[in-house]
Amino acid sequence: MSDLNKLISNLKSTFPQAVLNKQFDEATLSIYGNEIIKTLKKLKTGSQFKFLQLIDIAAVDYSQYPQKLFDNNRYAVVYHLLSIKNNQRLRVRAFVEDNDFPVIETATTLYANADWYEREAFDLYGVMFLNHPDLRRILTDYGFIGHPFRKDFPMIGNVEMRYDPEQKRVIYQPVTIESRNNVPRVIDEEGFRNG
Amino acid sequence: MAEIKNYTMNFGPQHPAAHGVLRLVLELDGEVIQRADPHIGLLHRATEKLAENRTYIQSVPYMDRLDYVSMMMNEHAYVMAIEKMLNLKVPVRAQYIRVLFDEITRLLNHLLWLGCHALDVGAMSVFLYTFREREDLFDCYEAVSGARMHAAYYRPGGVYRDLPDHMPQYQNTRFSRPSETHKLNENRQGSLLDFIEDFATRFPGYIDEYETLLTDNRIWKQRTVGIGVVSPERAMELGFTGPMLRGSGIEWDLRKKQPYEVYDKLDFDIPVGVEGDCYDRYLVRIEEMRQSVHLIKQCTKWLRENSGPVISDNQKFAPPKRTDMKEDMESMIHHFKLFTEGFHLPKGEAYAAVEHPKGEFGIYMVSDGANKPYRLKIRAPGFAHLASLDEMTKGHMISDLVAIIGTQDIVFGEIDR
Repeated sequence: MSDLNKLISNLKSTFPQAVLNKQFDEATLSIYGNEIIKTLKKLKTGSQFKFLQLIDIAAVDYSQYPQKLFDNNRYAVVYHLLSIKNNQRLRVRAFVEDNDFPVIETATTLYANADWYEREAFDLYGVMFLNHPDLRRILTDYGFIGHPFRKDFPMIGNVEMRYDPEQKRVIYQPVTIESRNNVPRVIDEEGFRNG
Repeated sequence: MAEIKNYTMNFGPQHPAAHGVLRLVLELDGEVIQRADPHIGLLHRATEKLAENRTYIQSVPYMDRLDYVSMMMNEHAYVMAIEKMLNLKVPVRAQYIRVLFDEITRLLNHLLWLGCHALDVGAMSVFLYTFREREDLFDCYEAVSGARMHAAYYRPGGVYRDLPDHMPQYQNTRFSRPSETHKLNENRQGSLLDFIEDFATRFPGYIDEYETLLTDNRIWKQRTVGIGVVSPERAMELGFTGPMLRGSGIEWDLRKKQPYEVYDKLDFDIPVGVEGDCYDRYLVRIEEMRQSVHLIKQCTKWLRENSGPVISDNQKFAPPKRTDMKEDMESMIHHFKLFTEGFHLPKGEAYAAVEHPKGEFGIYMVSDGANKPYRLKIRAPGFAHLASLDEMTKGHMISDLVAIIGTQDIVFGEIDR
C-alpha cells in the first residue's frame, strides 16, 4: 500500500516526536495524553490528512500487558480516525498520565460524536475527560460502583440484583456465583512456535 | 395568561416503538421535542469483557448476539480481524460463500428494518409481508449452519462447512394438510443454491410490492419527507456510516472503497440520497436490497461453477477434517490443541471493519500473544447514530421521533454490547 507509506511519511514530518508504527497494514500514532487535542486538530484540519470522521474511541487498560509501554502508563485512549477524502484510516493511541486518576482532554470540541464514546470510556474504564459537556455513566446501571472493564474488576462483578419478597423490592447483594475459568490464559515463550 | 413550561416525559424502555430497550427522557414543549436524552445500557452484557476471558473461537457465537438481526456480518468483522493478525488466507470459495451470506444477512436486516419502520409509522401490512420473506432467509441460515439466527458459521480461515446439497423439508404433522406441506416443499427439492436462486428471482417482485405500499403512499411521505434531515457535513461530523451517511448524499461504502473478500470482483452500485431525510434513507435501503439480490445472483452463479475448500488448510488455526483425525495422529493433536488451548495471535493490534447493513461494524483487537484477546472493542454503527438522536429530533413532534428511531435502524444488541 503506497498510500499508507505516504501517510506515514506525512505523519513523520508533522509529528517528529510521536512514536509511529506500522503493523498489519495499519498505521498507529502513539503519543502522550496531553498532546491529544493538538494532534487531533492537525489531523483533522491538515490538508494532507483530512481525518474528518472519528470512527471510534476505545480505552485500553494496559496494567496486565506483558510489555511496558510509555513510562508504564496504565490507560490508553485509542482514537480511530477515517478520512473519506483520502480513503485512509489512522489509529491514534494516547497514553494517559496518572494511573490513579487518569485525565485527558475531551475531543468533543473537534468531533461531535466523541461525546458518547468518551462517556463509554469513562463508564467502563474510569478515564476522566476534561471539559466534557456531560460526563455521565452510559452503559452500566444507575448507581453502579466501579469501572467494570478495568483488569482488576472481577468478571462476575461484585453485586447481584434480586427481588426480595420480604422487603417487597429489588435489592442488591454480594455475588453468590463463583468465577469459573476453564481455559487458562497462556502466553508462549519467545520462539516457542519456531520449534 | 397561564404560565407555560416544558415538561418531561419518559419514553420506554417498554414501548413497542423503542425497538427493544431504549429509555428516552424527553423534554417537551407541548408536543414539540426540546431535548431527547437516550438512556442506554439496559441490554449491556459486557461482550468485550467476556471475550477477554474466552479463546478466540469461543467468542464467535457472542458476535451473533450483538446485532441480532444481522448475525453473520458481526461474525465476519470478528473473523476478519483475526485473519488480518494471523495473515491467514481464506479460500476463494469461502470468500464467495461469505459474500453470499453477507448479502442474505443484509436482506434479513433491511426486511426487519422496513417492516418495523413502517409499523412504527402506521403501515401495518408491510410488516407481515417482510416477515414472510425473512422466513425463507432464515431457512437458508438453518440449512447451512443448523441455526435459524445465531449461526456461528464464519470461522477464522473460512466457513464452518460447505453449502448443503439438500434443503430441509417441511414434515407432515397432525395440524397440517399433506397438500399444503407439498406446496411448501415445492421450491425445496434441490440444493440450497437452487433455493437461494429461486428466492433471488422472486424477491425483486416482493420489493415492488413493498414499494407499491409505501413509496408513493401519501401518508408515508407525509411522515418521512423532510423529517430528521442531516446535512452531509454534519453526517460526517456525527460519525454516521452506512445508509445513514449515504442517505445524506455521501458515496461511501466499504465494499467499494476498501473492498474485502471478493467484493472487488462483483458488480454492484451504491445508492445515495439527496435530501438526507427519512424518506431518502428509505429509498437508499430499498435500492440496497435490489443490489443485494444482484450480488446474490452473481455469487450463486460462481458457486455453482466452482468448487474447492471452504476453510483454510492451515491446521494450526482451522480444524482438521474429521476423517483425517481417525487415522492421522498429527490431525488429532491439532484438533485437541485448537479446541482446548486455542490458537495464539501475534502481539499487536488491528482493526477490521465490514459494511454492516447499519453502517461500519468494526472490531479493534489488542493481543498480547495469548490464546485470548487482551482487549476487544466493538465499533457498533448504531451507537454513533443513536448519539445523534437528540440533534435529529430537536424541534420535531413526538410522532416524528418514532420515525427517526425507525430510520436509524436501532438494534440494542449492538449498541449496548
